Amino acid sequence: MSGSDDKTPQGGDPADKAPDQRAADQSPENVPAETAGSDEEVRVVGRRTGLFGASGTGDTSGFGGLVAPIVYPGAVQRPFGGWYDDVADAVEQSGPGAVALTRVVVHRGEITFHVPREHLAGVVRALRDGEATRFELLSSVSGVHYPEDAGAELHVVYHLLSMTHNRRIRVEVSVPDADPHLPSVVATYPTADWHERETFDMFGVVFDGHPALTRILMPDDWPGHPQRKDYPLGGIPVEYKGGTIPPPDQRRSYT
Amino acid sequence: MTTTADSQDSQAQQDLYAGSSETDEGRVFTVSGQDWDQIAEGLSGDDEERIVVNMGPQHPSTHGVLRLILEIEGETVTEARCGIGYLHTGIEKNMEFRSWVQGTTFCTRMDYLAPLFNEATYSFGVERLLDIEGDIPEKAQVIRVLMMELNRISSHLVAIATGGMELGALTVMTIGFRERELVLDLFELITGLRMNHAYIRPGGVAQDLPAGALEEIRSFIALMRKRLPEYAALCNANPIFKARLEGVGHLDLEGCLALGLTGPPLRATGYPWDLRKTQPYCGYEDYEFDVQTWDTADSYGRFRVRLAEMWESLRIVEQATDRLAGLEGAPVMVADKKIAWPSQLAIGSDGMGNSLDHIRHIMGESMEALIHHFKLVTEGFRVPAGQAYVPIESPRGELGAHVVSDGGTRPFRAHFRDPSFTNLQATSVMSEGGMISDVIVAIASIDPVMGGVDR
Repeated sequence: MSGSDDKTPQGGDPADKAPDQRAADQSPENVPAETAGSDEEVRVVGRRTGLFGASGTGDTSGFGGLVAPIVYPGAVQRPFGGWYDDVADAVEQSGPGAVALTRVVVHRGEITFHVPREHLAGVVRALRDGEATRFELLSSVSGVHYPEDAGAELHVVYHLLSMTHNRRIRVEVSVPDADPHLPSVVATYPTADWHERETFDMFGVVFDGHPALTRILMPDDWPGHPQRKDYPLGGIPVEYKGGTIPPPDQRRSYT
Repeated sequence: MTTTADSQDSQAQQDLYAGSSETDEGRVFTVSGQDWDQIAEGLSGDDEERIVVNMGPQHPSTHGVLRLILEIEGETVTEARCGIGYLHTGIEKNMEFRSWVQGTTFCTRMDYLAPLFNEATYSFGVERLLDIEGDIPEKAQVIRVLMMELNRISSHLVAIATGGMELGALTVMTIGFRERELVLDLFELITGLRMNHAYIRPGGVAQDLPAGALEEIRSFIALMRKRLPEYAALCNANPIFKARLEGVGHLDLEGCLALGLTGPPLRATGYPWDLRKTQPYCGYEDYEFDVQTWDTADSYGRFRVRLAEMWESLRIVEQATDRLAGLEGAPVMVADKKIAWPSQLAIGSDGMGNSLDHIRHIMGESMEALIHHFKLVTEGFRVPAGQAYVPIESPRGELGAHVVSDGGTRPFRAHFRDPSFTNLQATSVMSEGGMISDVIVAIASIDPVMGGVDR
């Protein structure tokens, strides 16, 4: 995956690189594309090198020197348009003071509010109870691990649905890998119980205040959190001179 | 099961796997087969009525590999908890190492009674990220609706059939599976497979309907119109059936929203929330159908909602069939050749595979077509970075795929909001304070599919 190979990008170690590829690395047509020039704001979180995800396996495709940024849709500024602004107002006024949103992303007609973790509990309570918002149903909680998003590696995404107004929004909270704590929303949405347990099980995110944060899908004594990008995957031994089919994240494959 | 040293001498020698032992939690019995007498005997001296029973995961009435941990006093359940994860196969993680199109092959195996819905919600998410939602050909959308509604019928049939079986109503099970078989035959005709179709794909559907499919569907509709009343006749006013279901597993609207329940349990509270009507996708706004509700908020209501929804699905299938009759020869895949699966598929005697005509073309006539085919199948297409969540109304409630892309040829993350997973949280609320037999009814009324719960 693009996430794990950032530490050892193609060309990082001269020993396992063919010279012609290093030359391609330095040629101007392989300089990463400009991202600031386009009219849509984007957020760069990493870079993708070569054509294949794995490193050190001898990329003979001739594309080994390619470098491309990994960009996500960036923040948008007010006015967001339509009811988005009403909801954004409600989010910002949900705390005792003003809640400073990390950013708001509108992409493909879906709005995502990035909320600092200390405000999460207050924000979801206000979103559920506010007259203008009424997000009665928490559809889903899911974790995403972005190893390259330094200082905010683990993201937890809440999909909210307002049946009253027939609207959907996403609330996203990010926490650093070193301190994976964020408040539980079970007190506001009891349905979050199992969803948060699953996110803990799969990503190791700790939801403070959850009534019983235990593993749910994996066995109780399972080591590690399988959905993390750095979770070690198993290879497959084959009966030929001790050979092994490498784990999927180390195989040569397109990314 | 651990046995202490002294009890090993006395009891475990009689039966190594079915004994009893003293622990600091109380006495523990291991039951494996016909040795209930031993338990009754062992308990006869005890004054305490409180027993913790481990029901499942290998129990015929728990609707799959669901483990129930029941604390009972006499026959009254005082605490009910679920143990899940016995069918966790890491599908979401696997999808991260396959191309976007291959993802459908994995996610179709989640909720195995509603495979086409898993494919559909995933494909909608990918299409939104690709920004091709408006480019999907009309025929592909109509076929998707047709297949999903047929699938809804087959899924509801299994819900009613297995629910009936768990009550002891075996006739309901046999006729339910009899009709489901007809739907699976249609699926086999159209997709080549009875389950796990991978038929709905990003950009459209895998292939056009085969010749004669519409006639088969029409005769199925006619047959179902005769057969569906049998369920009503067997169950609707059956005093035993009603006595087992009415008032059992009660959960009102407030409880449903708090616990995130959607689908038939939500509509059985009288609230007509159906994503096909409220947030139409895939052209559902063009079909005439009614959202079915019931007002009792109990297991009987959920049964009646499912029964009525099958009639509505038949209406939609009929309208879709009529529309397809006028769309003969229209494309079923998006026109963009950088996304559309390049091969032409055909159904052979051993299922779906590459069309021999297409093989002849790329191998013998066009090197460019071969290269294009090879690149798109091995590398796949890139999906712009971002995230999307396009939920749909599956037979069990809101099913959605949270699809995250980092701009690569594979999903960066795909998380499925499975309605079975969420709805199963209501087990305790629905069954605590009732009888053990009612736990079975309450769970059957949620109709969880463990493949979807555990993924």
